[in-house]
Amino acid sequence: MKDIILKAENISKQYRLGEVGTGTLKHDFNRWWHQIRGKENPYLKIGDTNDRSTKGNSDYVWALQDINFEVERGEVLGIIGKNGAGKSTLLKILSKVTAPTTGSIKSRGRIASLLEVGTGFNGEMTGRENIFLNGAILGMTKKEITSKLDEIIEFSGCGRYIDTPVKRYSSGMTVRLAFAVAAFLEPEILVVDEVLAVGDAEFQKKAIGKMQDISRGEGRTVLFVSHNLAAVKQLCTRGIVLEHGLIKFEGGIDEALDVYNSNLDDLVTEAAWSIDKAPGNLNAKITSVKLMSEDQRFLIENEISVEVEYVNLLENQKINCSISIFDDQNNYVLASPNLERRFLEKGRYKSTCIVPKDFLNKGKYYFTVILVGNNFEIIAQLDKIVSVDLDEEGIHRKDYFGYWGGIVRPYLKWENNKVEL
Amino acid sequence: MDFKNTEDWLFEITPKNRFFSLNFKEIWQYRDLLMLFVKRDIITVYKQTVLGPLWYLIQPLFTSITFTIIFNNVAGIKTGSVPPFLFNLAGIMVWNYFTACLNGTSDTFKSNAGIFGKVYFPRIITPLSIVISNLVKFGIQFFIFVIFYIFFYFQGVDLGLNPTILFFPILIAFMGILGLGLGMLVSSMVTKYRDLNNLVTFGIQLLMYVSAVMYPMELIKEKLPRLGWIVQYNPLAYVIETSRYMLLNIGNISVLGLVYTMTVTLVVFFIGLLVFNRTEKSFIDTV
Repeated sequence: MKDIILKAENISKQYRLGEVGTGTLKHDFNRWWHQIRGKENPYLKIGDTNDRSTKGNSDYVWALQDINFEVERGEVLGIIGKNGAGKSTLLKILSKVTAPTTGSIKSRGRIASLLEVGTGFNGEMTGRENIFLNGAILGMTKKEITSKLDEIIEFSGCGRYIDTPVKRYSSGMTVRLAFAVAAFLEPEILVVDEVLAVGDAEFQKKAIGKMQDISRGEGRTVLFVSHNLAAVKQLCTRGIVLEHGLIKFEGGIDEALDVYNSNLDDLVTEAAWSIDKAPGNLNAKITSVKLMSEDQRFLIENEISVEVEYVNLLENQKINCSISIFDDQNNYVLASPNLERRFLEKGRYKSTCIVPKDFLNKGKYYFTVILVGNNFEIIAQLDKIVSVDLDEEGIHRKDYFGYWGGIVRPYLKWENNKVEL
Repeated sequence: MDFKNTEDWLFEITPKNRFFSLNFKEIWQYRDLLMLFVKRDIITVYKQTVLGPLWYLIQPLFTSITFTIIFNNVAGIKTGSVPPFLFNLAGIMVWNYFTACLNGTSDTFKSNAGIFGKVYFPRIITPLSIVISNLVKFGIQFFIFVIFYIFFYFQGVDLGLNPTILFFPILIAFMGILGLGLGMLVSSMVTKYRDLNNLVTFGIQLLMYVSAVMYPMELIKEKLPRLGWIVQYNPLAYVIETSRYMLLNIGNISVLGLVYTMTVTLVVFFIGLLVFNRTEKSFIDTV
């Protein structure tokens, strides 16, 4: 028998786009007029699915549509999806900040949310006063807080400043204190959104450890939303992938992450043209550029191959490809021209460049492809034609989850030896 | 107890609140939060100010002095046996409590959007805390009133204590409830229509002139018989007139007026609560 602690049934949420002005009053009146005649809300019928990039043709948009899921007691459910997929809306509904437009959520336990910690802190009040205030906002009684006060202060590591107004705290300290308060909440269901995005590496590790304790040790249910996929993978047992307000996938966390990874649509891993529209000149044309990886999972631990297909329209000319990689800050990461040039016959060719594994860092990279002719003249230049958002398996991280900077992230060899004096 | 396969849920999140729902049990659970909000409101007002809580006194004192000069000395409004300054102070004190409650609660949703957008707690805790913390402010002002009362008494002014003063706290409670009710109503509507904020700011100013703050209610009936009904239909005027009757033993007490005031107060409060309840579930989408 499954022990369902939380059940969402047909949750939908509609938002109105645009500014609130005279149109709203008219809509409000119209809605009211339908309501008193016992008719359905006229504005619930219209509305498009939530897709930022294409312009819808109505003022209303569905941030979530027909969301159904169940959560078992003690489960850690990861909710993943791109920006605007509806994750935050779902969490807001779960934490009762806003009501769903239709549907209902049934729960057998108290839900406490930990959305962007530090809300409700008052800068004028001391750390200690804020622990009480924030604890009470999150639903604790004064008695509960008093009994855990020492543990909270200890966990936050802010003991020295506990009687100083919070406005003098660094942002990191504020986050530590806020997380500490929330970590000692005792709800049956804890909703966590992006807390790990802040704080230093040591604290992030502490926070993840605490969340593991909460779920595994104390058997409480956690709903976790984060862009830190390594942390999601580490913590969650099951995952839901949201896309345009719909559940795209629900199941094991590994599969969920795969679905998420293969599905980044503002990034293009493939571009192809028919021969008459292909970029190039009368000598040669590029017909397709593709990024390939093992199972199309773009991870920094996988090799990435850039496949360029082109047609040579002349007999015996030297042509070759060159690729350049840029990061999302438009830093020029590298260029790799293929300088082994041979005379080519007429026909179709494919050149593949392999970017080694454990080389690029996590994040977005854009690939520029150039086709070069006989005298090193440019036949076709396709700027940032394909792109990829690299993720990581995290196998080299061991138990470190923090920031790992750098434009590239090669896995370098280390030697550690004991030095005899 | 086996509730694994029954429909025995602890709670349910649904699109709309029931038509009227005030979950007293939940508010009681959050009583510590209410008190902490009150404490926060009081502490933070005078942090980093030189005069601190003295600001609570300066404003009514100077307003009373100004009113005394303009309305009593220049315009010549008579206040009977009571010194005009004490007359004005009593009126301003009660009036201030009302405006502080209304002003404070009327932007509940807007000024707390940040925190309301992140965590759930019964939203009514916020306006409730404002009404209570203003009660503390009112207490300080009442204290200064008592000091002046004693001062004038020893100056030999004939100040009679009225036994109905025992009901004064109830009167103030109704003033608070009226401010809370109106504030909740306004704050709910402001989330959609910001225009209301401007209306409240200058509406309060105008309302003071028809609330018998700086003149006895009798006077307006006598001087402006055709416009007197505005004051007579204003529940606030009865509260202020009655509190002067209780504190200074002047003017009249109108039982009919008080019944009318209390009815209006309760009606406004329940409408406010109703609208507030409807708004709290989805205001975050429109604010």
